[in-house]
Amino acid sequence: MTLAIFLTLAVISVITALLMVFAKSPVHSVLYLILTFFTIAGQYVLLNAQFLAVVHIIVYAGAIMVLFLFVLMLLNLNKDTEPQKSAGWRLAGAIAAGSLLVTMVGAMHGSIQIAGTEQSNPQVGLVENLGKVLFTDFVVPFEIAGILFLAAMVGAVLVGKKDLKV
Amino acid sequence: MSILLLFSAGFIVEKIILISVLFAITLGVAAYSTYGERKFAAFFQDRLGPDRAGPWGILQPLADGVKMFTKEDFRPNEAERWLYILAPGAFMFVACMTSAVIPWGTQLTVFGTPVDLQVADLNIGILYILGLSSLGVYGIMIGGWSSNNKFSLYGAIRASSQMISYELAMGLSVIAVVMMTGTLSLKEMAAQQAGFNWNVWYQPLGFLIFFICSLAECNRAPFDMAECETELIGGYHTEYSSMKLGFFLFAEYINMFISSAVTATVFFGGYNFPGLDPNWLGGFMGPIVLFAKVFFFIFVFMWIRWTIPRFRYDQLMHLGWKSLIPLAIFNMLLTGAGVLYFGK
Amino acid sequence: MQSLTNRSRNVVNKKMNFWERIYLVAIFKGMWTTLKHFLRVMFGKSHTVRYPEVKRPFAPVWRGWHVLKRDEKGAERCTACGLCAVACPAEAITMTAAERNKGEEHLYREEKYAAVYEINMLRCIFCGLCEEACPKEAIFLTDRIVPSDYARQGFVFGKDLLVEGVEPEKRIDVSVRQKHIQEKKWAAEPAH
Repeated sequence: MTLAIFLTLAVISVITALLMVFAKSPVHSVLYLILTFFTIAGQYVLLNAQFLAVVHIIVYAGAIMVLFLFVLMLLNLNKDTEPQKSAGWRLAGAIAAGSLLVTMVGAMHGSIQIAGTEQSNPQVGLVENLGKVLFTDFVVPFEIAGILFLAAMVGAVLVGKKDLKV
Repeated sequence: MSILLLFSAGFIVEKIILISVLFAITLGVAAYSTYGERKFAAFFQDRLGPDRAGPWGILQPLADGVKMFTKEDFRPNEAERWLYILAPGAFMFVACMTSAVIPWGTQLTVFGTPVDLQVADLNIGILYILGLSSLGVYGIMIGGWSSNNKFSLYGAIRASSQMISYELAMGLSVIAVVMMTGTLSLKEMAAQQAGFNWNVWYQPLGFLIFFICSLAECNRAPFDMAECETELIGGYHTEYSSMKLGFFLFAEYINMFISSAVTATVFFGGYNFPGLDPNWLGGFMGPIVLFAKVFFFIFVFMWIRWTIPRFRYDQLMHLGWKSLIPLAIFNMLLTGAGVLYFGK
Repeated sequence: MQSLTNRSRNVVNKKMNFWERIYLVAIFKGMWTTLKHFLRVMFGKSHTVRYPEVKRPFAPVWRGWHVLKRDEKGAERCTACGLCAVACPAEAITMTAAERNKGEEHLYREEKYAAVYEINMLRCIFCGLCEEACPKEAIFLTDRIVPSDYARQGFVFGKDLLVEGVEPEKRIDVSVRQKHIQEKKWAAEPAH
């Protein structure tokens, strides 16, 4: 049963991801991407990472994609106003995305062994365990990430100020 | 993997019945909220409100429903067809899903078997609610955008920016409660507030912020920027008619019901009330107490709507970003210090 | 300018203090005000009149659908003198006079009567000058509301719609209106 759910989710996520890429209207792209995020959140639940799933939905589907949609609606991009890309640009895009894919596959290939062995503890994805791990074993990277976010926030405030005197 | 193995036939049947009952109650409460809204609005304005359909007009929701179903279903020619149809459904769907994690009572004994009065005891219940409330905006955005009308689009854009802004303060005010109770599960949160040990006594500021934000998240006045009858002719649902419009309006009332339930559960002790054991009456005392609280909050929602005029848009953003979020962060720090000092 | 009520206040642009700035006090005050209204309607009396079942009495100054009165024996009072038509500022009244034949004494009080009497309700401004002009106390404006119609022709009311019935239950009571007009006439005359 788990396998069936996994396969359904996986197929839907691949299809919606492809639709996201191939959709003509940018708003449709965003909506397909939201569906993809939902299926990925479903995969997290299957892996017992409920916290990660919900955070994924709150942050990605609930906030970031809303902002994307927001901007797209404000810009009102549609078929008429969308600039036509030349074949050279398309080729460049394909090469860039393809090299990213190769890099990702290479990185995944090395880590598959580790992921298989970590599966033993079903409680690993729950909030308590995640919190303990974050605040003990990974406290330095966690804090560094926090400082990064703080810097980003300060930067956003600076950019957003109207009369900026540098 | 392990969660799926827990499913047994009896478990599934029990949950399906619980979901159906909950769904029916949600729809019923939402339907009668529309009646209540009209009646309360009338009372606040020295009128009588609907009183023709049945005694005191209590059949008014049925009449409204019949009206909604039989009206002409109009679709603008230039609308994005599928998204236009999808939007009300999506809004309604998300609104109905939220009630799954709210503990309506402790346990009910039906035919000798104890039944948990909660559809799913997620250990991240409160995050689930925050997540779904942030998804609710998609229905509004898709609806407003696909209508191909500038007023609808304005409504949609206002709704989305309002939701994003107030979600932050809401999340921060909830975090203070989570720090205090040490759990994300609504069931444990409700159980910890037995008797009169309600969270609101420890978190008055947090409650205030949460309540203001839930008003904003429900798009209720004074935060109904998304509809804005006077400026935007109804905002995102300008182009909707018939039951599609009905779905939008109905989902807003469901949202109000759910957010009242969440407020009651997180801050006001859920199914607990001093002197009233939630296990009385075969477990029915819990739901009765909780529903009394929920109806009180629905009343407060309406009371506020018919008292306070709407914000201007920039005032709304100022309140959200410059008052509520700093206040919520301050509250969070205060709670952290309190937890450290008292070791709660 | 002197204010009409003593509730007016001068606008001051002073800086708000802390309690005013957080608005909560003002919000609670406002909510208390609306709650008082709510409770008053919920447990006390509301001002609403449930119209089709309960009807408010019209004021004596109300001027509606005209009636042509009969006398106590059931004869029409109108003598077709035309004073009402002359008085009418909107020229809504037209009439054709006819002479009373023998044997019609029970129908018409005077020797001359109105064979046709029409009021165009679209022209009429319901000013009530016709009833003041009438020397025979024959025409009165009543508390009945002129019904709506789809065609203009339907608003030209003939005698069938204006003259009251003979039977006692079909008579239209104008005593309040009559008294009101009489008082106005008395007030106009300095002798009284």
